[in-house]
Amino acid sequence: MNSILLQLENVRKEFSRRIIFDKIDLTLKNGNSIAITGINGSGKSTLVKIVAGILSPTRGALTLSVNGKEMKPEQYHNYIGFVAPYIQMYDEFSAYENLKFFARIRGLRFDKKYVDYMLDRVVLYDRRNDAVRTYSSGMKQRLKYAFALLHKPEVLIFDEPRANLDRHGVATVCEIMEEHKPDGVLILATNDQEDLSYAETVLNLDELRKARIEERQKQNSVTAKLT
Amino acid sequence: MIQQTTAVFLKDFQSELRTRYAINALVMFVITTLSIILFSIGGERVSLDVLAGMLWVVIFFSAMSGLSRSFVSEEERGTTMTLQLLAQPAVVYFGKLLFNLVLILSINTLVVTLYVLLIPLFVVQSASIFFLTLFLGSVGLACASTIIAAIIAKANSKGTLYPVLSFPILLPLLMTVMNATKLSLDGAPFTEATGEFRVLISYSVVLVAVSWVLFDYVWKD
Repeated sequence: MNSILLQLENVRKEFSRRIIFDKIDLTLKNGNSIAITGINGSGKSTLVKIVAGILSPTRGALTLSVNGKEMKPEQYHNYIGFVAPYIQMYDEFSAYENLKFFARIRGLRFDKKYVDYMLDRVVLYDRRNDAVRTYSSGMKQRLKYAFALLHKPEVLIFDEPRANLDRHGVATVCEIMEEHKPDGVLILATNDQEDLSYAETVLNLDELRKARIEERQKQNSVTAKLT
Repeated sequence: MIQQTTAVFLKDFQSELRTRYAINALVMFVITTLSIILFSIGGERVSLDVLAGMLWVVIFFSAMSGLSRSFVSEEERGTTMTLQLLAQPAVVYFGKLLFNLVLILSINTLVVTLYVLLIPLFVVQSASIFFLTLFLGSVGLACASTIIAAIIAKANSKGTLYPVLSFPILLPLLMTVMNATKLSLDGAPFTEATGEFRVLISYSVVLVAVSWVLFDYVWKD
């Protein structure tokens, strides 16, 4: 596995002048795992999208170094596997076709053995030739894990990892996280207490927001006293 | 990068064969507009200028009804993020451009075949000028419509915005192809149309270069 260094420096995100989060600093290396928590709307998904390179931060910087070499943003996707309820597969294709296209678009050789293994692991092997539109939401979610692991990425980002999954699906995801933790980088966006046990550090966006509000109030009171 | 671009094209092509997302809209549009033109012409003797203009009006609006789908369908199905996680922006742009080019070339072949068969006055005197104009016009249309489709895919009023935004960008292309088509109907020598061809080639080159630079910003956020 490649040596990874993922850094977020003073990251801030605003939507229409509304600050979602501010001054986020993170450094993650191989073997590090982090859980991002917070109430709905606190910016968990926004933050993981920034880490995945899908969204740009309003301020601050994200850098990804692989084996000591800094990657260009357009290369990030080669090292990141991302699973989230809002990621969609192509409904008109089967699971097998989806993964075949994904491998080709990534510029990978289509490794049938590995794809079969992954589909078997997420319990979709028997339905591999059926169109994704015929799948339940849980099956679609399981296919997303095969999609995320297809290129054997060093950084795994799971947003709501248990969403739509049954007990067996949850067990598979826990296995994946357990296997990935020692050598890779694991980032979870979740409020599930059991998921938090897979992360060595927890970043609570609510606490950051409260601290930001308190700091602003303090500044306002100082300004008021001075005037 | 070529392999990955081809993979994006093949994915879109297979998807189109299964869903008929763009092709149905395009074919229906072509048949409807040609029928309206036939009814409006009736038995009248229409000038070559008008016939050349009407051909490109049909092609322009056909392109407007179908070519935006390449990006709009990704946005509507929620697969934009999936593609962002799979490939670098340039790969997606060139894959979509290739798909739009194949689509517009196929539809233009259909339009011209029907136009020649249904309108007896439309007789091409200089085939080399006509076919080169058709090819370069299609390339220009695909180049412009691909980047505009990427821009409007994020907007709420996609349907109305597409032709409105496309018109000023496509105006120089349309004027040139109409002139070149008129020359082919008049039977002008090939050398007389070289100026038009230069404009068409430059138009496509400039658009591809600008789109390549801009696409990173359009594709993200």
